[in-house]
Amino acid sequence: MTTPAPPTEPEMWTLRLYVAGQTPKSIAAFANLKVICEEHLAGRYRIEVIDLLENPQLARSDQILAIPTLVRKLPEPVRKIIGDLSNTERVLVGLDLQPCA
Amino acid sequence: MDSSRTLLPKSLTGIQGLDEITGGGLPTGRPTLVCGGAGCGKTLLAMEFLVRGATQFNEPGVFMAFEETAEELIQNVASLGFDLETLIAQNQLALDFVYIERSEIEETGEFDLEGLFIRLGYAIDSIGAKRVVLDTVESLFAGLPNPLILRAELRRLFRWLKSKGITAIITGERGDGLLTRQGLEEYVSDCVIVLDHRVSNLVSTRRLRVVKYRGSTHGANEYPFLIDEDGISILPITSVGLQHVASTERVSSGIPRLDAMLSDAGYYRGSSILVSGTAGTGKSSLAGHFADAACRRGERVLYFAFEESASQIIRNLRSVGIDLEPWTQQELLQFQATRPTFTGLEMHLTIMHKLINRFQPRIVIVDPLNSFISADNETEVKAMLMRLVDFLKTRQMTGFFTSLTSGGGPLDHTDTAISSLIDTWLLLLAIEAGGERNRALSILKSRGMTHSNQTREFLMTTHGVELCDVYVGPSGVLTGSARLAQEAKERAAALTRQQEIERQQHELERKRTLVDAQITALRNEFAAQEAEILALIESQQQRETTLTQERVAMAHSRKADDATRAGGRP
Repeated sequence: MTTPAPPTEPEMWTLRLYVAGQTPKSIAAFANLKVICEEHLAGRYRIEVIDLLENPQLARSDQILAIPTLVRKLPEPVRKIIGDLSNTERVLVGLDLQPCA
Repeated sequence: MDSSRTLLPKSLTGIQGLDEITGGGLPTGRPTLVCGGAGCGKTLLAMEFLVRGATQFNEPGVFMAFEETAEELIQNVASLGFDLETLIAQNQLALDFVYIERSEIEETGEFDLEGLFIRLGYAIDSIGAKRVVLDTVESLFAGLPNPLILRAELRRLFRWLKSKGITAIITGERGDGLLTRQGLEEYVSDCVIVLDHRVSNLVSTRRLRVVKYRGSTHGANEYPFLIDEDGISILPITSVGLQHVASTERVSSGIPRLDAMLSDAGYYRGSSILVSGTAGTGKSSLAGHFADAACRRGERVLYFAFEESASQIIRNLRSVGIDLEPWTQQELLQFQATRPTFTGLEMHLTIMHKLINRFQPRIVIVDPLNSFISADNETEVKAMLMRLVDFLKTRQMTGFFTSLTSGGGPLDHTDTAISSLIDTWLLLLAIEAGGERNRALSILKSRGMTHSNQTREFLMTTHGVELCDVYVGPSGVLTGSARLAQEAKERAAALTRQQEIERQQHELERKRTLVDAQITALRNEFAAQEAEILALIESQQQRETTLTQERVAMAHSRKADDATRAGGRP
């Protein structure tokens, strides 16, 4: 993005959600993530959804065990959040978003 | 379908001994739990299962590691001779290191382990794996929150593995009062193997026990096992029977006089020989003679030494004229010198079995046998020796054992424990008398042959051991200097007797000479007298003749008529 970012959170967020097919947990996780991002990271986030059933080799290379897993690729450091993201509080802690919000 | 299957199908592990204990390997298509404390060899056992499967049984395998990275694993098992990199390159093996770091993971709701399933499933499918190892799956509990979900997922994982027909080993760390910390044995209930690493008397021994094997009989004992450059070897040594064939072939003891004592032939091939005696009675020298004789016949000898190093034995035996060095160079003789405290008893036995199987000797020497015995383990030693003797007998190997008896006690006491196992038992005694110690040898028993019942004095000379008769006389059994003194005394007495005879012969001779001389003198005297008388007679005859002539001459001169001629003249 060429527009100058706000001084507190200047970076673009890259989030990756690993799922295995269209399970209820996966669908719920994606919906929850969407809500949280819209609320806290409006306009400066990107979500990639990776279906391990289609790309099973990624489970190994990205060290994925639990499904669903949300990985914050950017900003560094990488963080992992597992579960359907229904506990918003912990998602915010996990993404390190809480104090700046 | 089930009715046609009489036996549980099993997959050979290829691990020495484990297949014998389990009667053919681990249950095919089912998970097996291998649990034990830290450092007892779980990972190695699991890895060997995969490597043997890939190399010997054409069953590729997946190793999913939760504790060590792939690089670490490759390095760690390289010391066992496993080349994982090649196997991976040949698609015979897949290594997957599962990295879990609790601090980097935040739980935010319900989850499952589908990712793990997909990973494992992908690895299995990519190489067509038949075997899987999960090492150590319990790390999940440390790395992921919510044990309830994990338990449910593990249960699902094991079912899933079963449904895929995968023979799996799941390792687990030993927990308090449980086989594993997280109670994995609840889920993996087909076959449970417990590894143990125990220290007793400062000596540690690894042991393996099959706790449970559903649908199959199995050896239930604890078996010691060994991890060395060939991987794991377990020896199911308690299962030796008494079915060995007794040989009638004889082998020389290396000492001609001793062979003569053993009905002129020596020991039986495949028998067990015990030489017992107190310290310094020459047990090792007898062993050396036996080894030397065997090597001369071209037989292999394996010498287990528990008190001296190989070079010390060679040096010491050289002093009695036995040179074993050429035999070690020709690899007919192999020494294995270890301290009894080096490992536990079972491990000693395991090492012995392994070496014997590898070297295939005809003769096995254990010197000394009872250095293992310490205060409290006599029964264990007895059991161990029984197994060793049985093991040797079933292989027709002649076992030569020495046993150090403690001074003071009855000589045949400490060995009663194993006497029933011994076929030929030589007793070496130290006889102390007259200010010196002398060695004596007697045969306490020798099964299946007539043998001398006499005690022999046992001499160690620079050209080997010699046996000689002891002096048995009115003053008892004499050995050493006493025997020499007695022999000298007897020799002196014999000499005296000999001299007496000679003296009498001389006397006789002298008498004969004397008598002869007298006879000659008398004869000479007689001859002289005879000559004298003859001369006298002759002179008288002479005179008579002269007288007659004189008378004739007188008459003639007187012209007396000749009485003889008067008649003729008228």
